[in-house]
Amino acid sequence: MSSNSASNATILLMGLRRGGKSSICKVVFHNMQPLDTLYLESTSKPTTEQFSSLIDLSVMELPGQLNYFEPNYDSERLFSSVGALVYVIDSQDEYLNALTNLSMIIEYAYQVNPRIHIEVLIHKVDGLSEDYRMDAQREIMQRVGDELLDLGLEGVQVSFYLTSIFDHSIYEAFSRIVQKLVPELPSLENMLDNLVQHSSVDKVFLFDVNSKIYVATDSTPVDIQTYEVCAEFIDITIDLDDLYVEDEKQQSSNSVRSKKRELRSISNLSNGSILYLRQMIRGLVLVALIRNDEIVNDVSLESLITVIDYNVNNFKKSLVKMWQNARIDHPTNH
Amino acid sequence: MSQTRKKLLLMGRSGSGKSSMRSIIFSNYSAFDTRRLGATIDVEHSHMKFLGNMTLNLWDCGGQDAFMDSYFTTQKDHIFKMVQVLIHVFDVESKSINKDIEIFVKSLTNLQKYSPGAKVFVLLHKMDLVQIDKREELISLMMDKLQKISNPFCFKLVGLPTSIWDESLYKAWSQIVCSLIPNMNLYNSNLLKFNQILDAEEIILFEKTTFLVISSTASIANSLRSSRKPLESSGAGAQSANDDSNAIDTTSLDPKRFEKISNIIKTYKQSVSKLRANFTSLVINGSNGTHFYIDKLTDNMLVMIVLKEKDDDSSSSVASHEDSLILENIKAARKWFEKIETSK
Repeated sequence: MSSNSASNATILLMGLRRGGKSSICKVVFHNMQPLDTLYLESTSKPTTEQFSSLIDLSVMELPGQLNYFEPNYDSERLFSSVGALVYVIDSQDEYLNALTNLSMIIEYAYQVNPRIHIEVLIHKVDGLSEDYRMDAQREIMQRVGDELLDLGLEGVQVSFYLTSIFDHSIYEAFSRIVQKLVPELPSLENMLDNLVQHSSVDKVFLFDVNSKIYVATDSTPVDIQTYEVCAEFIDITIDLDDLYVEDEKQQSSNSVRSKKRELRSISNLSNGSILYLRQMIRGLVLVALIRNDEIVNDVSLESLITVIDYNVNNFKKSLVKMWQNARIDHPTNH
Repeated sequence: MSQTRKKLLLMGRSGSGKSSMRSIIFSNYSAFDTRRLGATIDVEHSHMKFLGNMTLNLWDCGGQDAFMDSYFTTQKDHIFKMVQVLIHVFDVESKSINKDIEIFVKSLTNLQKYSPGAKVFVLLHKMDLVQIDKREELISLMMDKLQKISNPFCFKLVGLPTSIWDESLYKAWSQIVCSLIPNMNLYNSNLLKFNQILDAEEIILFEKTTFLVISSTASIANSLRSSRKPLESSGAGAQSANDDSNAIDTTSLDPKRFEKISNIIKTYKQSVSKLRANFTSLVINGSNGTHFYIDKLTDNMLVMIVLKEKDDDSSSSVASHEDSLILENIKAARKWFEKIETSK
């Protein structure tokens, strides 16, 4: 079970050349500024990003200009070992070639591994006007559907996302993709729903700190602005926290201080909302947005926070428990 | 009343980045947004209320030659009268340095004639275009030269390297603005008293809309070190890091932290504006035992308090600071700082 789920947590990033695959990797996993990705070199060999979060995920990026059906590529083993195939289509370019390429890949991948998730990123939509985006998406979905029908693969589920590295849509898309690979997702969402119900929280996310991908959220719809604010709240908390870190040598002389404590931050906003952040296990943080209109005085605010603290503690405990039960032998930060 | 209106002249050749600076500091532009700015026509006035009773009149003078000529001839008494501060911006990439200096000399001549008491700040701008290892050399070279030129005018120049792409811009501007605050000493002494009560690692005062640092204290948190010298205060920007007795505490921290904090909080303010709100307080319990409290102090000021958990031998005292206690303390301090603000 454990070996199976570990191998499934690989995302294969494919697409024609200059589609923006390396840029996506750099922006999402390395915090590179979107503008700096202009200067990326063409990728010549498959590169793998390891990132250890709720699941140990690795993202493998394949160069676009290669033909994977040459016999010297062990494509069968490649496709059978991955959990999701992400195909990047450049929406600003002529995409008919990409679509033929895509259906070829889907046909092959589906034969080798019928449980593979197939995700299509309609990328670089920042350059398209609002109306044209929907048209492009509709056309691409239509064409892919037709191609699959011709190949006799109408049962294959293909998900489409409109993405751009210049806003948060790429994080949103990756969050959805990663969530499909987390086997414990339904129970996690259930736990978060419980948390929302019992602590008058408006929205809660479970974020991976490094990539700002959310691995789970409660079942209320995701508002992109709330997501952005929550993601930026993590950045701000961490940036401020890092400013007052002492030198290495002082830390070693004072070993007690080097012990990590749990990061927690709370911010009151002028419209009565509260942003709440708590560190969880394995590089995850929980960020909640609490909207409250009725609470005015400090005492009730205090008690609200106390209730949330208590509930989040319980949530964290069950998260730890869930982890032990999943029998993945990694030391937790706890 | 005229005392509280401060006139600041922002001058320099065209394209040197004057309007970009103004937009970032006072109009919440991001550095990237400034490329949309066009050339400034003649003089653009902006009025900012600063710390309640002080009004900054910033005269952003367009730098094209035609405008420049008229400043020094027909408009000279209008422009150079009652100036408190001249901020002259030099583009470090400029090809025609002699022309730049010629204009600088002209404005100094007029300034001496019309407002001899003015303070002069020289900003060496676009420093990000110079290689890191050559910056120091360039700054000292330029400043020596400019000081030599301005010697006959009896002005003491303050030279500051700036770039819109890092924190140096905030540092320079908080130094400029702080030079205009009349009751700086009162703020400082009250801040020290406040710190004696809290025993904080550091307390920083920010102006609320621009997030420029007004004043800050750094005290040595560890009681073991307190035998040396208990308190250390620095007016914003005036670095006392060279002070040997405090070397342990100040050198271990990032010397650019004030500007970085300004930048971070400003980003945060912009971020929460997406929820159509402003933030009123922020409490962070950090992963290294550091606690941060950012809260409104007066209508025009924010305070940031940094506390370190004291890890003495007695394990019982490791219990974290009571968040609410600190916030209560801030509330109690409010009335003192409000008093200073309204005093003039």
